[in-house]
Amino acid sequence: MYLYDHYDQAMVDARVEEFRDQARRRLEGKLTEDQFKPLRLMNGLYLQLHAYMLRVAIPYGTLNSRQMHALADIADKYDRGYGHFTTRQNIQYNWIRLQDAADILADLAKVEMHAIQTSGNCIRNISSDHFAGAAADELVDPRPYAELLRQWSSFHPEFSYLPRKFKIAVIASDTDRAAMRLHDIGIQIVEQDGELGAAFYVGGGMGRTPMIAPCIKEFVPLDRLVTYAEACLRVYNREGRRDNKYKARIKILVHEMGAEEYAKAVDAEFEHMLDEGIEPPFAELERIRTFFEDPAFDQSASEDIDRSDPDFALWVDRNTVAHKVPGYASAVISLKPVGGIPGDATSERMRLMADLAEEYSFDELRVMHTQNIVLPHVRKADLHALWTALEAAGLGSPNLDTVEDIIACPGLDYCSLANARSIPVAQKISERFSASGKTEALGQLKLKISGCINACGHHHAGHIGILGVDRKGVENYQLLLGGSEAEDVSLAKITGPGFDEAGIVDAVETAADVYLREREDGERFLDTYRRIGMTPFKEALYG
Amino acid sequence: MADLSSENDRLIRYRKDDPVDHAAVTVDSFLDQSSASAVRVEPGDDARELIPHLERLALVEVNFPSFGDGRGYSSARLLREAGYEGELRAVGDVLVDQVAYMRRCGFDAFDPDAPLDQSDVEAALSRWPEVYQSAADASTPIWNKRHG
Repeated sequence: MYLYDHYDQAMVDARVEEFRDQARRRLEGKLTEDQFKPLRLMNGLYLQLHAYMLRVAIPYGTLNSRQMHALADIADKYDRGYGHFTTRQNIQYNWIRLQDAADILADLAKVEMHAIQTSGNCIRNISSDHFAGAAADELVDPRPYAELLRQWSSFHPEFSYLPRKFKIAVIASDTDRAAMRLHDIGIQIVEQDGELGAAFYVGGGMGRTPMIAPCIKEFVPLDRLVTYAEACLRVYNREGRRDNKYKARIKILVHEMGAEEYAKAVDAEFEHMLDEGIEPPFAELERIRTFFEDPAFDQSASEDIDRSDPDFALWVDRNTVAHKVPGYASAVISLKPVGGIPGDATSERMRLMADLAEEYSFDELRVMHTQNIVLPHVRKADLHALWTALEAAGLGSPNLDTVEDIIACPGLDYCSLANARSIPVAQKISERFSASGKTEALGQLKLKISGCINACGHHHAGHIGILGVDRKGVENYQLLLGGSEAEDVSLAKITGPGFDEAGIVDAVETAADVYLREREDGERFLDTYRRIGMTPFKEALYG
Repeated sequence: MADLSSENDRLIRYRKDDPVDHAAVTVDSFLDQSSASAVRVEPGDDARELIPHLERLALVEVNFPSFGDGRGYSSARLLREAGYEGELRAVGDVLVDQVAYMRRCGFDAFDPDAPLDQSDVEAALSRWPEVYQSAADASTPIWNKRHG
């Protein structure tokens, strides 16, 4: 994985000192909260319902065991002994004191980590495929391109006061595991006539106005990648709406201009910029690529797995994924224990995952946008030992991509924007399905819960989505069906009137039962919904 | 329009020439009249309209009515990329925490609504040891240094 050189380290260290100075000025009253807010936001520090929240960047979701240990130490030293892995492949701490924030950033800098641009109206942490470098179906590892864009976007002088936040995802396979087309810019590394290049999808997003990004450029040569991204951003910075924060994301600009007109404006800017020396030397991409070369895989690793223990066999079937090297698998550690808080991990569990990564996965971990952790490179022969250790620590839930593998935002338990709680709904649903034993029969069923219209819990992209709203002071939950964040991307539709907290759990089960009744061979919930449409579900829910 | 005599107290310049001694006009007025040599660009103005007339411009003020409106950063870079070498002055809600990025986008003068402490400005401008990307200033990006 990528390692800092003295340049990268100097930049992160300077940022810590800058923030220390800003926090001191705020604590001394020399900065008003209004003046301090955009500064703290660009360092990932939010003011939430009960305390400050610090969001730490995990670039493209990749980290090593030393970094995971540092995250655990921060949880113990400055928080309440746990952290929350997010849908942006980051980690958040919910109980931070302003006085400690600069010290935390300093601790992070010691392990080549930071909270730079994890919030604010700037280019956010770049996300990517959590199986990058391991997936059997990828064209190349997408992370070198994500790292190049990380450097380009860090402290960008022109794009730090954009109309709104800006999220970029990079993938390199036809299977989309990063919700690429629901980002402000989604980049897919593709091959054309033997050359690698980047397809640009611009103007996707969730929030209150969900949009699927159209492709505005099918092939940008790799030695023009940064310049093209710069052109996309400049058009947005100049033309994006600033009169209404709810219409300020690039998706609105692309929608109002039309994808073709936006693409034309970008092309004009791009042509002009080609002479401006914006593109990094190609050797930099080559340098970055060397950090992402394959670890020393055992080319003769055994394909055999002893499946005599049925619990282990179930976990292997559910939570491991095909690897590009025979004899290896990517193993998913579920942070969705039945009745638990999706994405939460205690410091003790973080340390265990770090140690297991060191022992079994070439020291690498990944954070998934579905709020789980991946050990990307595990020998199949080691899977049983890994599972045994996970199981003993309560981390062995065999529920990847099932109805129990719920994405949920922090909701009204933490977030000052939320209208309703998300976590208790997720807990009750996983308990309901676990107890009824239907999880297995339902197979792949992606369930996503947001506690407000901002959609941090990706409810638009759930096979089943739940949106918490406030109805006359009472929490109310709308049910949505038919969304997908993957390569078959689609936006979910609302079934009808909402439900109360108990009612929404029943409604999810009712929808699941319609699927079990109507499905044909091999169909997932989403496939059945797409075939039979909304009506049978509505009849069952409201009939 | 600001009175220049009081303006000078707040003005921080990184240029050796003398400041323009007359007030800036709006972009529309500038395009209508050939005599003005100072213009003020508002966030919604298209700075590219000035490009055919750069040779008669000595001062471009870019207004930031609110520091969170970043359109002026692009206006500044566009003008520098087009070859403008006159004074590029950030005016309005310009705070010390933005001046480093503004310098990188080509601003060489600041006339903020609230006076800035010169030593705070110097500290802000010397904070960053390196830059990652190229912009309108002379800084060499890290990736060029890596590959000398």
